[in-house]
Amino acid sequence: MNSSHQTFAEKASRLATEAAVRATPEPLAKRVRGFSDRAIAWLFIAPTIALLLAINIFPLFWAIYLSFTNYRANRPNAEVRNIGLSNYSRILNDPDIWASMQTTAHFVFWTILLQTVIGFGLAYLIDRKFRGHAFWTTLILIPMMLSPAVVGNFWRFLYEPQIGLFAYAVSFLTGIPTSDIQMLGSVQLAPWAIVIVDTWMWTPYVMLICLAGLRSIPDYIYEAAEVDRASPWRQFWSITVPMALPFIMLAVLFRGIENFKMFDMVNLLTGGGPGSTTEVASIALKRDAFEAWATGRSSAFAIVLFVAVFGLANIYVKALNRVKQR
Amino acid sequence: MLKKWVPLFGAAAVCAAVAMPQAAKAEQLTLCWAAWDPANALVELSKDFTAKTGTTMKFEFVPWTSYADRFLNELNSKGKLCDLIIGDSQWIGGAAENGHYVKLNDFFAKEGIKMDDFVPATVVGYSEWPKNTPNYWALPAMGDVVGWTYRKDWFERPELQKEFKAKYGWDLAAPKTYDQLKQIGEFFQKRQIDGKTVYGASIYTERGSEGITMGVTNVLYDWGFMYDNPKKPYEMEGYVNSPDAVKGLEFYKALYDCCTPPGASNVYMVESADAFKSGQVAMQMNFAFTWPGLYKDEKVGGKRIGFFPNPKEKYHFAQLGGQGISVVSYSDKRDTALQYIKWFAQPDVQAKWWKLGGFSCLKAVVDAPDFKTSQPYAPAFLESMAIVKDFWAEPSYAELLQAMQKRVHDYVIANKGTAKEALDELVVDWTEIFKDDGKI
Repeated sequence: MNSSHQTFAEKASRLATEAAVRATPEPLAKRVRGFSDRAIAWLFIAPTIALLLAINIFPLFWAIYLSFTNYRANRPNAEVRNIGLSNYSRILNDPDIWASMQTTAHFVFWTILLQTVIGFGLAYLIDRKFRGHAFWTTLILIPMMLSPAVVGNFWRFLYEPQIGLFAYAVSFLTGIPTSDIQMLGSVQLAPWAIVIVDTWMWTPYVMLICLAGLRSIPDYIYEAAEVDRASPWRQFWSITVPMALPFIMLAVLFRGIENFKMFDMVNLLTGGGPGSTTEVASIALKRDAFEAWATGRSSAFAIVLFVAVFGLANIYVKALNRVKQR
Repeated sequence: MLKKWVPLFGAAAVCAAVAMPQAAKAEQLTLCWAAWDPANALVELSKDFTAKTGTTMKFEFVPWTSYADRFLNELNSKGKLCDLIIGDSQWIGGAAENGHYVKLNDFFAKEGIKMDDFVPATVVGYSEWPKNTPNYWALPAMGDVVGWTYRKDWFERPELQKEFKAKYGWDLAAPKTYDQLKQIGEFFQKRQIDGKTVYGASIYTERGSEGITMGVTNVLYDWGFMYDNPKKPYEMEGYVNSPDAVKGLEFYKALYDCCTPPGASNVYMVESADAFKSGQVAMQMNFAFTWPGLYKDEKVGGKRIGFFPNPKEKYHFAQLGGQGISVVSYSDKRDTALQYIKWFAQPDVQAKWWKLGGFSCLKAVVDAPDFKTSQPYAPAFLESMAIVKDFWAEPSYAELLQAMQKRVHDYVIANKGTAKEALDELVVDWTEIFKDDGKI
């Protein structure tokens, strides 16, 4: 009895084990003959890695190599010589390049300042519940959904001194004749014309990020502050701003990187003119690379820009992390 | 039933067998050019080539603003997109030295195509590299030159003529000198005509590609601007920035400041033609290719429009435009492409080319007795083509052009520095470019 009982138990256990083995899926490696799991994993990510290497990493290293040469893309038969750091020295000592960097800095500073202030203000207003809230949010978001090429083109018409609505509106409000309102043709006004368009287009984006930040602040903090009789002004500066700050900083980072490499809108609105007044770094780089065909020199310029943006972004991200940890 | 279909299948098979070799023979050529009115005329003209040879034509037309970028990229990357290309006159040096174009000397000799049959300025401008040597890389295809159009109907109004005469002491008519041109510009600036504010003149001011350079050189030549010392090539000091050249540049700025419509700080061919077509300006600087279109325009064309060549100052020149047609050396269909050039060079084809709106460079067409009366703009075109001068056609022309665009735009439009400083800086830029090229 004992023995037969044991035999039955063993049999049941064996059957259960076999059933479990049958139910357990066979390792993929056994099914794909000759490949280990690790190999299959590599197989899956290999196309992505190959693509990244081909379109991101290789061009970067190729550009670094070219930046030390006299290579010109329009002279395919000319001898390519290594000229050491001479392209870098030329770039860093070229007053026109520094002028374009200054123009870029002016553009980045003012657009970020305006977009952050207005974007946060809009987010603060939109965060409150009111009638038509969804409609107004959608309406505000429309500019950022448009293509920069479209925006550039229609603002060019809006700025037109003779037929443009912008000139008409300014003339109506100030009494200045429309023919004197040359937003794109005036050295003083052209940089601001671009700042206005970029702010119009991208403020909604900053607003959206700030709105996410405001919505992430728990209500109980405000309730506790109210219990402590903190004024709305005090609540704003002691709760709202510090808690939304990482989001605001993130928006500033995104817009900063984007505007540092701004090309399309400036190209469409002014083409870098009048003169070189709005020639931001990306326009200067394009001219050097694809109009003057100084491929080696423009590669050096691109590397300098890359290092500058990468370095600034790194410092900024560290500051952002510090704010988040507080 | 099947029996009924057998003869039909048989006939179809025979037809297919006969047609197959023809289909295999039929080739397609791709011709690359700018997207503009003459290109449409060429499409029309090329139908005759297809009818004659069976070779179908495909056209790759790119707007002027990206024409150089697009096709120079294509040539530099040894692309096979274009079998034939109508490349800008200034590309000839680079295209010849870098092996982009097929050298045509042997082909011309074999086919009996003589360069003496073409207007000399167009042969030098569009075909030769090095300049003034018998090395041909293109067949002159589209003659073009910067000239002027004016509102003849406004000029002929008695009340305006009377007022103008009283003010300036000479009859209001197409100007012969730059002083006259400026006076007319000032006279019309902000004038009310038919209840609309009009302006003096539209001139080239575009920054992005080559616009302001084409406009400025067009005027500077007449003052005495030269690219270099005729006796010592690439010596530019005292030629590019000579006192006369400085005066010329100052005049261009004065003309921009006094007489152009508001917001005209980025104007090239299309914008200038638009300003004229919309009745905004009394005069317009533009390449001759725009003239047929403007003459046909319902609002400003016909009897309302007049044409005149560049006014005269110390000298009398005009900026050359236009292009030659070349065979791309990377094409797999070079022989067929050469056949197209052979066909295009024929006098009857060239005559039709002019009729359709292209500007033929063949002497047989432009020297024909009825040429001057064939179109109202023909005399101005002929007179202008006789005084042409072109920008550098060196392999580094793009860099030379970019430097000039920057320097003159900075001075004329952005009020930066003086004319002397702009031209001095241009000499420095150009010297550096030629030093890099090993030419100095």
